[in-house]
Amino acid sequence: MALAELVWLVLLAPLVGVVVLAAGGRRLGEPRAGWLGTAAVGASFVASLLVLAGLLSLDSHDRAVEVSLFSWVPAGNLAVDAAFLVDPLSVTMILFVTGVSALIHLYSIGYMHGDENYSRFFLYLNLFVFSMLMLVLGNNMLVTFLGWEGVGACSYLLISFWFGDEANAVAGKKAFITNRVGDFGFLLAMFFAFGAYGTLDYAGILSGHAAQSTATAILLCLMLGAAGKSAQFPLYVWLPDAMAGPTPVSALIHAATMVTSGVYLLVRFNPLFEQASPWVAEIVVAVGLATAAVAATIALAAKDIKKVLAYSTISQLGFMFVAVGVGAWTAAIFHMVTHAFFKALLFLGAGSVIHGMAGEQDIRRYGGLARAMPYTTTTFAVGTFAIAGVPPLAGFWSKDEILAHTWGANKLLWALLLLAAVLTAFYMTRLLILTFGGSPRWPAGVTPHESPLLMRLPLLALAGLAATAGVLNLPFTHDTEFLGQWLEPVFAGAHAKALGYAGGTKWILGGIAIVAAAGGIWAAVSVYARRRVPAEKVERQLFAEAWGFDEALGDFVGGPGRRAFDAAARFDAGVVDGAVNKVGTLVRRTGERLRATQSGFVRRYALGVAAGAVVLLAYFMSRVGW
Amino acid sequence: MPQVDWAALLPQYFLGGGGLVLLTIGSLLRRRLPSWFATAFSAAAALGALGGVIWLWIRVQDPARGAFTTIAGTIGIDGFSVFLSGVVAVSVLLAAVLASGSLRRQGLPVDEFCVLLLLSGAGGVTMASANDLIVLFLGLEVLSIAAYVLAALDLRRGASQEAGLKYFVLGAFASAFFLYGVALLYGATGSTKLGLVAEFLAGGGAESNALLLGGMALLLVGLFFKVAAVPFHAWTPDVYEGSPPVAVAYMSAGVKAAGFAALLRVFNAALGANAADWQPIVYAIAALTVLVGATLAVVQSDVRRLLAYSSISHAGFILVGVEAATDAGVAGSLFYLGVYAFLALGSFAVVTIIGSGPEGRQSLDAYDGLAKRSPALAAAFGVLLLAQAGVPFTTGFWAKLEVIGASVEARSYWLAAMAMLGAVVAAFLYLRIVVRMYLTAPSDGSRPAVSRSAGFVVAVCAAVTVVFGIVPGPLVEITNDATIWLGG
Repeated sequence: MALAELVWLVLLAPLVGVVVLAAGGRRLGEPRAGWLGTAAVGASFVASLLVLAGLLSLDSHDRAVEVSLFSWVPAGNLAVDAAFLVDPLSVTMILFVTGVSALIHLYSIGYMHGDENYSRFFLYLNLFVFSMLMLVLGNNMLVTFLGWEGVGACSYLLISFWFGDEANAVAGKKAFITNRVGDFGFLLAMFFAFGAYGTLDYAGILSGHAAQSTATAILLCLMLGAAGKSAQFPLYVWLPDAMAGPTPVSALIHAATMVTSGVYLLVRFNPLFEQASPWVAEIVVAVGLATAAVAATIALAAKDIKKVLAYSTISQLGFMFVAVGVGAWTAAIFHMVTHAFFKALLFLGAGSVIHGMAGEQDIRRYGGLARAMPYTTTTFAVGTFAIAGVPPLAGFWSKDEILAHTWGANKLLWALLLLAAVLTAFYMTRLLILTFGGSPRWPAGVTPHESPLLMRLPLLALAGLAATAGVLNLPFTHDTEFLGQWLEPVFAGAHAKALGYAGGTKWILGGIAIVAAAGGIWAAVSVYARRRVPAEKVERQLFAEAWGFDEALGDFVGGPGRRAFDAAARFDAGVVDGAVNKVGTLVRRTGERLRATQSGFVRRYALGVAAGAVVLLAYFMSRVGW
Repeated sequence: MPQVDWAALLPQYFLGGGGLVLLTIGSLLRRRLPSWFATAFSAAAALGALGGVIWLWIRVQDPARGAFTTIAGTIGIDGFSVFLSGVVAVSVLLAAVLASGSLRRQGLPVDEFCVLLLLSGAGGVTMASANDLIVLFLGLEVLSIAAYVLAALDLRRGASQEAGLKYFVLGAFASAFFLYGVALLYGATGSTKLGLVAEFLAGGGAESNALLLGGMALLLVGLFFKVAAVPFHAWTPDVYEGSPPVAVAYMSAGVKAAGFAALLRVFNAALGANAADWQPIVYAIAALTVLVGATLAVVQSDVRRLLAYSSISHAGFILVGVEAATDAGVAGSLFYLGVYAFLALGSFAVVTIIGSGPEGRQSLDAYDGLAKRSPALAAAFGVLLLAQAGVPFTTGFWAKLEVIGASVEARSYWLAAMAMLGAVVAAFLYLRIVVRMYLTAPSDGSRPAVSRSAGFVVAVCAAVTVVFGIVPGPLVEITNDATIWLGG
């Protein structure tokens, strides 16, 4: 048996964790429940490595193994198997998902210390990992959709994990409703795809041919789904509020894994971009660019450490969307992986700070934490410079690759995206300085302390990854582009667009990117460390209020939207419920009448049988051709 | 002496022979058999029958061997007969397990119950594999007479005696119709062997159409009575209410499966060529059964009567699959029967638990706030009820989907629509119990005493319902394979 067929092990490990934690999590208690959850995900990571080894042992054009466990929905001509697709794309996903998840689980053992629902937290986390793996491993849209809904459900559960606080419950609801809009797109895409191709299997859909209009419709619906899950403009509003959840959740679900599943979905459907109208790709680019730029400006002025990181995540997801839109599939996945490393690192670092500051999240009350928290400071700095694009850290290579591809597509696009990159360097440096530099502005009675070893270890591991993950895909020669070569079979159908210019331009662009990152950092240093420019000049009110978008949305939903909902509710109460109630009354009345036939006398029952027999005989006799 | 493939009768040996051996042991002993022994013995016999069923299944599914007949073509072993024998054997097994806890608590003789149960099961298996109308009738009588006695087992209660007597009188009445139908069919086709009947009809039809059609009408009356289709259903609520709930658990699962075995075998296989003659009647009866069953169930306040009407409604759904007269329809009906056996057994197992309280409470009020008093039991019963309502991710959903899908494929659109309407009405009554269990405050804080055996049966039934509800594929494949007909 080939190793790649062991893929079910990858899924089994977290599922076992879920079952054990659900059955006896409370009895296991702290910290055993946490260790169990971590071990389950760790085992899944090991299994993923085995699958990777299995796939590497195959020729590159054979690297697409379908593993079918059982036939799941055998309903007429809709036959769906519980089947998984093991190919370079899905294996890349499961490797970083299980790897980063294992580290975050480990961190949570310490972070969730003393929580009254300790074991339930790990139950949800394991369930999340299982769903996420199903999402990326699915061999057909239905299995993916099941995972898609599963990660969504876990996300809502974990956002409102501390549901005692009203705001957390509201944030969970907001995420649920916004994601519903996106799920609707996914569902429609599924119906269209089944109608057009007669199957939900990726193999059938991606090698099939549909009319341009159909492919366009499918892709647009998928894009709606992806925009909801990956928090793209205008559906990004739920992600900042999702920070109400425990910080490891923000790191795992709302930074590293779940929010990238929209990008994964679009990359998975890459051959469809060839069949659809070209303007679909342009919309993806426009959405990505708008998100990257707008979210970056909001991050400039955000006051909550987790909100800064949330907007930063949204902005970086925008970069990935742009990469998808210009056909730079490898760059999108590359940035997804490096982003998972450095953003998980930053969130866990933020968690460490919040932990040390007794729950304080306002960066205006931080400052001077470097001395109290040396490990956190160092690792956070690595994450900051990685995302800012300082070579040779991981973020530089992946972001540069996206920028290089946009130059080939459109010079203006490149310039705007470069501006977003400068802003990234600026707001991240601001966060670093305000948190760790300068003099303390702590609230009374707080004495910051370094986090325990259990929380420091994942920080160190992720810092190492964030620093070095660039080697996955170095642009020096074709031979050093490991990720590009590895993923090539997945994009063979869409002939991944090569850079449309000579090598020299590439180096100049790289140089410009370095200068831009340095410029952003320098500007932030001069504003926040040297105070040459007052901070108010940069942190515009407009940015702080997130461009008023959230509020406008709230006004609309609360105003005209509210009236529409009320009207719908009245219609529901009057017509729909009314009909249901009428039917109910009718059924009851009929039932009471029919009941009279049930007299309890055998002779009456026998009469019923005899009468029925007469009717049957009469009918059959009427068919006799005398 | 006809040639006999003795091995083909394995399930009958275990059930029929087991029943006789248990009866002999019981009558030789001076005192009553201990109830654990009777239960263990019958469970072992049922397991043996199941083993035989599995062995026969493998043999029948082997393309090199396939379906076959034995004892001069009167017993037919094919996917269909083996599948339904399996359903009957499972019903016997779970009913025997259930009996050990519940009957003893009521002070009823477990050993007598087990003897009758095994004999009735032997009749059911014979019905499932009968390929001759006379053998079918024999099986029907063995099954039914044992069931009449089961209904009257609780001799101290008038209701139980009444149930047994009503069931017996009306059952005998219906059997007479059936036998008359056999005679007419014999007159029209010259044989009681179903294979020969089918051959004869395929070869050009009867001399006198009237005999054939009259025979069909009377056979249908007899079989509709057995499966409790409207308007031949009136006995069901009274019998279900009066009989010991354990006996009802077996009746609603095993007896129903055997009755449908006969109906499907005679009409879909032997009289399949004349489907145009009987389809309209089945069409009307199916629609009537689904709707009347569901409507009457809504106004019941006694759980046993409610479940009786609900079982009538389910019989209507199975008839929807019969009406399609296609392989898909038969597969759908078989799927429904297999699934419903577990739903019915599990539901009545809950009734034995709740009803076994001090005053034997059978009113719906006894379920108020069950979720607070016994969360696990409420959850399992909730699963069984939601499955009967046809909620996705339960077996009940796929069962309804299968028969309604087959009906639509056979272009019986109105019947499919009425079945769905019936499902909506029925959903109301199942959800009503769920609401009572979860949202109503308990009238008292008493925790129902769940005996180990009853708890086991409920757990198995709920687990089957959920597992095959999430992964219906294997069961669908089995029922598709079960439509391998003899000469079909």
